[in-house]
Amino acid sequence: MWVYEKKLQYPVRVSQCNPTLAKYLIEQYGGADGELAAALRYLNQRYTLPDKVTGLLTDIGTEEFAHLEMIATMVYKLTKDATPEQLKEAGLGDHYADHDRALFYHNAAGNPFTATYIQAKGDPIADLYEDIAAEEKARATYQWLIDISDDPDINDGLKFLREREVVHSQRFREAVELIKEYNEQKNFF
Amino acid sequence: MEPYPYTVNPFVHQDRFWYPFVSPFDPCPPIRAKRYVVPPNQFLGFQPPNLLQFPPAQALMKGTLWPALFSPYKKTGKVEIKDP
Repeated sequence: MWVYEKKLQYPVRVSQCNPTLAKYLIEQYGGADGELAAALRYLNQRYTLPDKVTGLLTDIGTEEFAHLEMIATMVYKLTKDATPEQLKEAGLGDHYADHDRALFYHNAAGNPFTATYIQAKGDPIADLYEDIAAEEKARATYQWLIDISDDPDINDGLKFLREREVVHSQRFREAVELIKEYNEQKNFF
Repeated sequence: MEPYPYTVNPFVHQDRFWYPFVSPFDPCPPIRAKRYVVPPNQFLGFQPPNLLQFPPAQALMKGTLWPALFSPYKKTGKVEIKDP
């Protein structure tokens, strides 16, 4: 079970109404390397990985939901008072037709989220290497979002999220080192 | 080609550049140096104990407690690029 704290992991400030930026940010909401995919991937894999790393996957998977919440807040703030006309100009006319200003789990191109974005192979090395790759891809996505955004307040939050990806990747690399050890096995051959 | 004229520390100097072929027939003005970032998690290995820490308030803003794991990112275009 979880305990919810009604606050964001990092303050989300937005400089200006900018629905175009929201359209790009949604990549980290419902995209292949987004926070939802990350959270679901780790929280699902943890059952069948060695129990040494279960806690790590729980912690990181939980934090990904905190990141998801930050992205959602950014998208919401960027669009909440935009007129349908502005949304149309930002390329969100299709989104408005289906969802009004509601958030939805799709990527920047509008493709809906799918479970095929994630994998659970059951092999500890394979799964942890996928997790490392996912963190690096999410880090790269944040870099491209920072490059494309001219909102200094949003970029501040994105830089925080990018740094967290770097730390998560480090922890998964340490998890690989942990499971490479012989554990409680008898140490003679 | 000497992109770093000083001692290189991968925990500090995280930008890498490569220089793609530039054709006289390229339609767009060439970007001569392409940048990518190699974050410090590539070099740290299993994190050793007692690493230097940021003060707590600063760590909360930076996203990590340890300077050794901090990876700043500058927008592409705001990075000083050295031609080979």
